[in-house]
Amino acid sequence: MNELGPNLLLGSIGVPLFVGILLLAYRNLPAWVVRIVVWIGFGLPLVAALTLWWSYAPVTPGGYDFVSQYSTGLEALGISLHLGLNGVALPLFILAAVVGLAAGLYALSSGAERLSHYLALLLIMQAGLMGVFASIDIFFFYLFHELALIPTFIMIGVWGGRDRHYAAMKMTIYLTVGAMLSLAGLIVLYVKSGAESFDLIAMRETLALWPLTETVQHNAFGLLLFGFGILVSLFPFHTWAPLGYGAAPSSAAMLHAGVLKKFGLYGLIQIAVPLMPGGITGWAPLLCWLALGNVIVIGLITLTQRDLKQMIGYSSVMHMGYAFLGIAALSVLGAGGVILLMVAHGLTVALLFLLATCVHHRSQTFDMEEMGGLVKKTPVLAAFFTFAVLASIGVPGPGLANFWGEFVIFLAVWDYHAVTAALLAVGIILSAVYGLRAVAKIFLGRPTEPFRATLDGEIKDLLWGERLPALLLIIALLGIGLWPRSLTDAANASLEANYQLPTQVVEATEP
Amino acid sequence: MDSISLKVIADTNQWLAIYPELALGLLALGLLVLELILPRSAHRLIPRIAIWLQVLLLVYLVLLDRDKFFAGPEITFDGLLLHSPMGQIMRVFFILCSILVCYLGQVALERQSMPRIEFFHIVLVVSAAMMLLAQSNHFVMLFVALETVTVGFFILVSYFRHNPLTLEAGLKYLILGALSSAILLFGIVLLYGVGGSPDLPGSSTTSMNFDSLRVFLEANSGNVLAIVGAVLVIAGIAFKVGLVPFQIWIPDVYQGAPTPTTAFLAVGSKGAGIALLIILLHRVFVPLQSVLVPMLGAMAAATILFGNLAALTQRNTKRLMGLSGVSHAGFLLLGIIAAISIPWARGAVVFYLFSYLFATFAVFAVMTHLAGPDDTDQELDHYLDLAKEQPFLGTVLAIGLGSLAGIPPLAGFIGKALIFVAVFQAGMYGLLAVAILGVIISIYYYFGWIKAAYFDTWQLPDQDQPDVPAAKIAITPYARLAMLGLTAATVILGFFQGSFGNWLLTTW
Repeated sequence: MNELGPNLLLGSIGVPLFVGILLLAYRNLPAWVVRIVVWIGFGLPLVAALTLWWSYAPVTPGGYDFVSQYSTGLEALGISLHLGLNGVALPLFILAAVVGLAAGLYALSSGAERLSHYLALLLIMQAGLMGVFASIDIFFFYLFHELALIPTFIMIGVWGGRDRHYAAMKMTIYLTVGAMLSLAGLIVLYVKSGAESFDLIAMRETLALWPLTETVQHNAFGLLLFGFGILVSLFPFHTWAPLGYGAAPSSAAMLHAGVLKKFGLYGLIQIAVPLMPGGITGWAPLLCWLALGNVIVIGLITLTQRDLKQMIGYSSVMHMGYAFLGIAALSVLGAGGVILLMVAHGLTVALLFLLATCVHHRSQTFDMEEMGGLVKKTPVLAAFFTFAVLASIGVPGPGLANFWGEFVIFLAVWDYHAVTAALLAVGIILSAVYGLRAVAKIFLGRPTEPFRATLDGEIKDLLWGERLPALLLIIALLGIGLWPRSLTDAANASLEANYQLPTQVVEATEP
Repeated sequence: MDSISLKVIADTNQWLAIYPELALGLLALGLLVLELILPRSAHRLIPRIAIWLQVLLLVYLVLLDRDKFFAGPEITFDGLLLHSPMGQIMRVFFILCSILVCYLGQVALERQSMPRIEFFHIVLVVSAAMMLLAQSNHFVMLFVALETVTVGFFILVSYFRHNPLTLEAGLKYLILGALSSAILLFGIVLLYGVGGSPDLPGSSTTSMNFDSLRVFLEANSGNVLAIVGAVLVIAGIAFKVGLVPFQIWIPDVYQGAPTPTTAFLAVGSKGAGIALLIILLHRVFVPLQSVLVPMLGAMAAATILFGNLAALTQRNTKRLMGLSGVSHAGFLLLGIIAAISIPWARGAVVFYLFSYLFATFAVFAVMTHLAGPDDTDQELDHYLDLAKEQPFLGTVLAIGLGSLAGIPPLAGFIGKALIFVAVFQAGMYGLLAVAILGVIISIYYYFGWIKAAYFDTWQLPDQDQPDVPAAKIAITPYARLAMLGLTAATVILGFFQGSFGNWLLTTW
């Protein structure tokens, strides 16, 4: 495993990238060749992720495994391609691989115009996503994030739906602001840490010996919090998200909402909080308020949505509130809950976007008020969709994974601040209301007059091209729900080794 | 220079030290001879000869003459020139630039009925002068080389003389160029005069020489005349680079000049000015830093903000490139200021220059191919549907613009990130904030251009067969190769800098 692991890690970044460039360069490949290379490009990362997950056994508990380092020419500044996985990165790495394959398979059957370009952009995005979670070097962590982000803009602009130009432009500007703020924060961290290296391990070691001063921690953490926060659609910087997801083609929305958006949270848990424990203590109260804004305000806005895709977009913004609260709770428990929720939510929201597009193809509309009674024609789709909605609400059973994540966060927040936890419970009720109402409006009930005509036409149930990616996501969701320890044991070990608890630090510094 | 030193120069055969410049100059003369002796039908070969011989020279410089990149400073021609790794890398920069301008010129001149060979002749002479400029160690050398560049540009800017806008650009460049030369010269005279006055400590009769001047400035860092002289010299150079408040000429001249010349102005002229600023600020005006650094910092901030804000509203792509180029000059100036306390930041500036070269020429190559019969009329609307009709040009354009915008993982991002790190290390937090703001603003217009090429479609309501300009462009294999090279360099330098990166960060 010593040799295979690092190679698999590098391969899961390099192969999708290579396949993507191949598809860009050779535009007129026969369809079966495209199909095969796309299977390779998306399949290899999943195989690699599962193999690595199976054999993950770091030397020090909670440390990195499958470590490899490649020089790229900027070592003098402490920048190199340093790859490896720890317990925090591993779950998200697997998430990226699963959602990537599902999005790729769905895109294959989507019949988009200029399909090979679309697939190429998705593959480049996939390479970036795998790279984000496999990077130990912070510079490359950022670089890979942007590599995944750029294709999103182009895909929205070219293949998107209504308002796509406006959405693409707005998303670009918002996310650039977020990315630039986080870049500034990372540069502050690099220069002030004195580690003279962007390597996360080196930075950890240096900062463990010489922590940053309170002021620097406060300022740098603020930059990272708002930089990452904008990327994760923290209230009130969330307006790009529903708009962008509403306009995005479904595979792009699956990958972005499911995986790429987790970049900011992952950055906070892996980098910002452990390195600057003094920073989070200062910002936690404000973060709490903003996250409650995500849960309550956005929850209420979600209730008013008639457009199915917008509703899913808003609900994903709302769920990010739980994740932020888990971080604001200042405990390993909370952070562990966030990791579990990120994986569960990533799978769920990808499934929802996939199924929403399937609904759209059959009903020709996204307006839920117009639909109704679809269950008669599409029982399988209805079952899948109900499953996804229940999972998103966090009902044990379909949503066992989400349930564990939210429950753990709830416990952690309860320890931190009981009133906040009580408000959080209101949010769960909100998500139950809008989720179940969507199921009722689309599949049950009486169809409206214009919709009846569509319904009487020829409507097929879920095709295999759509079923396969959906099943992949459902199986992953059930697997994690039934056996969360497969991910959380590793995450716990890493968090306990690195996630310095601000409360403990405060106690330790008191005489 | 007395006869003894001339004898020394002849005996030690110092001409060899400037063989790249001599080679370019001889090649320039050779082109004129070839035009005389070759039959008219073979004239189209001449630009190709120029390009390939320059490529040979470039290969020789980079691969076979590597030692120069690691050698210590060496003074030749009795103190006129100073050869250093910095000068050597700038030589590579200017040759690359010259090759690409020749290639753009070949494409653009095909469409105009203009005498051809002079264009390449002047480009080569100007490039050689720029190379000398980047190695000058004496104000006489500096001024003569700079004037050679400027006079060459007077001709290049107004080359398409049948176009009134081009003539207007030529006139504007002529008047403002003369003004800037006068300012520069006045500064030089002040420095020379005050540095040569015998009653001041450290004065010498050779105060035009940078080393003597520095010795003098160290002894008289508070001398008002010296400070005024230095400020005027920097102002003269700021004109050439286009730093605020000396950027007024840029949009009109960039729009009116032939596209290859615009590219040459944007990259070559800017690179030469930046190289001069590095020499002056890091080697000559060091004792005056306490006065100059705040002034330059304010200029850099104003340059970044003005360039980006002014570019926001442009619809003409040449004006847009000009104004966005102003903001790039601001970023480069930031790096130069940071390099005063952070030595490796000079490497960041050089990296930025190279990434700017690759990206800018990629964009200008696309612009040259898209230009219609009126070279000054290049609007964003002409890019509609480009990605559909010409996917290759669309990709080149997107990668070039992305790199200029500083989007990872392209070379432009690495350049910006390196400069940001250096600026932060130098403790200039306010300027870093301005720079980040500038990047965010710039996303809007760069992305707007990409949007025009990729998302928007050409709509003419009354015609069922729309007349898409992009559909009619023919790209020769050579052009394809050049653009492919530029894009590949932009992409690869974003991921992998290799020994180039190592050299840049550790040489200084």
